[in-house]
Amino acid sequence: MAAKDSISKTITVTVLLCVVCSVVVSAAAVLLKPQQISNKELDRKSNILAAGGISEPGKSVDELFARITTKIVDLETGKFTDEVNAETYDAAKAAKDPALSIKLDRSADIASIKRQARYMPVYLVQDGDQIKRIILPVHGYGLWSTLYGFLALEGDLNTVVGLGFYSHAETPGLGGEVDNPAWKALWPGKQVYAEDSMKPMLHLIKGNVDPSSPDAVHQVDGLSGATLTSNGVSNLVKFWLGENGYAPFLANLRAGGV
Amino acid sequence: MASVSAKDVLTKPIFANNPIGLQILGICSALAVTSNLNTALVMSLAVIVVTAFSNFFVSLIRNFMPGSIRIICQMTIIASLVIVVDQFLKAYAYDVSKQLSVFVGLIITNCIVMGRAEAFAMKNPPVISFLDGIGNGLGYGVVLMFVGTIRELLGSGSLFGVEIMPLINNGGWYQANGLLLLPPSAFFIIGMFIWIVRSWKKDQVEAPEYVLAPNSKQEAV
Repeated sequence: MAAKDSISKTITVTVLLCVVCSVVVSAAAVLLKPQQISNKELDRKSNILAAGGISEPGKSVDELFARITTKIVDLETGKFTDEVNAETYDAAKAAKDPALSIKLDRSADIASIKRQARYMPVYLVQDGDQIKRIILPVHGYGLWSTLYGFLALEGDLNTVVGLGFYSHAETPGLGGEVDNPAWKALWPGKQVYAEDSMKPMLHLIKGNVDPSSPDAVHQVDGLSGATLTSNGVSNLVKFWLGENGYAPFLANLRAGGV
Repeated sequence: MASVSAKDVLTKPIFANNPIGLQILGICSALAVTSNLNTALVMSLAVIVVTAFSNFFVSLIRNFMPGSIRIICQMTIIASLVIVVDQFLKAYAYDVSKQLSVFVGLIITNCIVMGRAEAFAMKNPPVISFLDGIGNGLGYGVVLMFVGTIRELLGSGSLFGVEIMPLINNGGWYQANGLLLLPPSAFFIIGMFIWIVRSWKKDQVEAPEYVLAPNSKQEAV
């Protein structure tokens, strides 16, 4: 008993145990890393494809993703840029880096995201030089959490193809219904902007949209029992498609000047 | 604890000596991961693996472990195992590991794992300790699956993500009970589980620690 409690024994056991454990942990981390990275990539790609409504039975995510071109947009100038590498750029990380992001004024920050990356990736589905669809990453605060998702637009840069969130922590059954396919099906065909304007009109309303109303094309049913999540979604759409978001870029793209 | 049979250590913790039901350990994660069966199942398996192997390794080196640092040694072993399990989930069950997020890491603080290491593995040989770990993991798993079944069925109308009762939201007839998707509901269900088990196995009922004294004040006629 005494032998195993001696100081030298204690130190020996500690050192040996730590060495063995750290070897095991690092081996697991290093050996499994490639698999984990490819999982993350696959997850990101399938979210982009889902938002863009691109699916084809029997085709793998990578095959489908090969049709998509990733480009980086400079939100300040509203033009494509080669400042950062599209393959490796991480907008979420850049938003925390003072050199790559701007701090938003409280009045401008309607989506409550505090800091915004200067460069954002956009995903294009092209047919020759013609843009058929464009998928834009969006995020903003709901009730409990920041909702991260993608908003996809048709080639006219106005009609919605789909909206999908891949990460959020809203109340299950209420705000969590942003994931409900029945609700997501309300988005396709909606118009973001009114004619000849770059002011985003698309928003969620309380209750159901009256299809006969002239504004119906800019309205989506709110989530019942989730007013704050619904407001959050309205705000993030308004922010990202507004002047601090992609509006200058979309305007340039329409004019053909990118 | 002179001699324990393999069958006893494997099966006793499931109902007779359930870590959650009788010892009330590991409640925290049982609340968080049981809103659907998929996560509950993966979490149960993760806890079974961690408890079994931590018991095994702790028992293996129990005769060399100095008494003064035994808890930290157990923690080192448990933490390493949990990280390995977490890495495996991230590599091979990415979707589920995203849903479980921090709770896999929090197995480290699950009292069941350390409770078994300290109470059983420190005094018993490796193989029987390994089985004890599996048994206690199963006991935890049984409760998780019980809670998960009720929560997913009544909260989302499905089991393992397969629709059982079509929801009104999707054009069916079942109005989902949103409360069951929130963590507090797991408290009620675990309470029910303990109630059921104790009505069945009366010896688990504890003697009340405090008895209300009869009212000693006399009524004024």
